Amino acid sequence: MSTSTTTRLMSFDEALEKFDPVMGLEVHVELNTASKMFCGCPTEFGAEPNTQVCPVCLGLPGAMPVVNEKAVESAMRIGLALNCQIAEWCRFARKNYFYPDMPKNFQTSQYDEPIAFDGWTEVEVDGETFRVDIERAHMEEDTGKSLHVGTSGRIHGADYSLVDYNRAGIPLIEIVTKPIVGTGAKAPLVAKAYVAQLRELLLGLGVSDVRMEQGSLRCDVNLSLRPVGQEAFGTRTETKNVNSLRSVERSVRYEIGRQGALLEDGGTVVQETRHWHEDTGVTTSGREKSDAEDYRYFPEPDLVPIAPSREWVEELRGSLPEPPREHRARLQAEWGFSDLEMRDTVGAGALLLVEQTIAAGASPAAARKWWLSDMARRANEQGVDLADLPVTPADVARVQALVDEGKINDKLARQVFDGVLAGEGTPDEVVAARGLAVVSDEGALSAAVDRAIEANPDVADKIRDGKVAAAGALIGAVMKEMRGQADAGRVRELIIEKLS
Amino acid sequence: MPDITREEVAHLADLARIDLSDAELDHLAPQLAVILDSVKSINEVAADDVPPTSHALPLTNVFRADVVRPGLTAEEALAGAPEVEQQRFSVPRILGEEA
Ligand SMILES: [Zn+2]
Repeated sequence: MSTSTTTRLMSFDEALEKFDPVMGLEVHVELNTASKMFCGCPTEFGAEPNTQVCPVCLGLPGAMPVVNEKAVESAMRIGLALNCQIAEWCRFARKNYFYPDMPKNFQTSQYDEPIAFDGWTEVEVDGETFRVDIERAHMEEDTGKSLHVGTSGRIHGADYSLVDYNRAGIPLIEIVTKPIVGTGAKAPLVAKAYVAQLRELLLGLGVSDVRMEQGSLRCDVNLSLRPVGQEAFGTRTETKNVNSLRSVERSVRYEIGRQGALLEDGGTVVQETRHWHEDTGVTTSGREKSDAEDYRYFPEPDLVPIAPSREWVEELRGSLPEPPREHRARLQAEWGFSDLEMRDTVGAGALLLVEQTIAAGASPAAARKWWLSDMARRANEQGVDLADLPVTPADVARVQALVDEGKINDKLARQVFDGVLAGEGTPDEVVAARGLAVVSDEGALSAAVDRAIEANPDVADKIRDGKVAAAGALIGAVMKEMRGQADAGRVRELIIEKLS
Repeated sequence: MPDITREEVAHLADLARIDLSDAELDHLAPQLAVILDSVKSINEVAADDVPPTSHALPLTNVFRADVVRPGLTAEEALAGAPEVEQQRFSVPRILGEEA
């Protein structure tokens, strides 16, 4: 293992002065079909090991696969949403490799006949639009999950592996971009924005749960550098295991710095697979990349070709939701967000969350406020994507509703979120368990205000003299006494009433 | 020049994670060449008017509905496993990296 603790990195700015990054993004999406790609086994996440398996997905001799029609339909809808052509005729192929995560010793995939090809999409970064061309979107199946057991815990040190085939055979769509050029210093953000937008689009299509932390959307990042002004691409690396939006951005930055330093020092970039380490924020060398011919692809004899009729394709095209750009424009108008507010929302990866929070009853301003300030800070502190915080849009909408009803104030709302994020239950359960409701007992409030006035005679005098701004000190004293559980607006009213 | 060289057979064995000795390679490489040669005779039969074919049946679009069907229990699934641990198939140490 070349886990180099000595890897030299060039600063991002310097690397971008000298080199032009070229990216290619491969995204694997697990479809949310009820059954697997080639058999009727269920696809639920988190089931007990080897309880969602059958002779087909275990690769037992004589088992015959049959294609899931819904998966084909989802693949075509994804292709159409990415402005792809849909093949008139295509086949599955066997990708042969010997590794215990695929008990058949091959993965059923598509090779030179993808179901969808030649598409494009546009992503926006800081108000600038970048076109991303789509090479292909093809159908394949997921692999089993290996647990490596051994003293060192690394694959190479593992004594043996334990395999669970529940995931083997779940329908996967692999979406591959053409080389993305001309993004310069925006490369990391373009990569992140592309994956974020793909997530939105897939969710809009309703074809996947797109939970990156559960692995239902995974990204491989290909990156190479070429000297500024040079036409030919440099040697690329493929970084695997990039499973959050922020990792997409960070891994692109890291590889730019690593390859920049390597090339600057007169070295060469090795064409290889690299592994992204979320915890340390570095990539390490994996195996050298196999040639496609090593997989000895050939047409899958057990599955007949797929030839979608043009009527079917047009019917699916007619069922597509509005494209991301139109969708955003419509939302922005509906929500009354400024361009900057909208850009911040999208940039934070919060568009879907805000949309779902509004759908759950919150006002657009409240939805944006919670996700972009409070939740964004917490996600940042924990080093996770917003979407991966254990709080749902429905939770946020409910907390805001409690604020609107006067049951809690913003300060208590934050404590409610503390509880929800700590797994203490729903917002209502946290309010009840922690006793967080604001005191609406006028008598108790009034008494607390009287005590605050008595304890701060000089402040009270100022307010009597018309210096209303001084009320803040008294409000603070009351809130402190009520341990934050009072409606600050009402406290203020009481103070002014009593002192005028 | 045979259709498949000794080096190619060694490479294939490596991909298939089969450890072949030099003696075995000497023995197997010429055999594979003969097999390839036999299969190649089909090329001589196929005239220009016969397109390459991957499937014997003139069928397309054979699908199943997206419906869950009962499969095997974990006990049944693991019945043939040489080793079982934590309700999983226990397999030998991984040789090389994940594909
Ligand atoms: Zn199955």
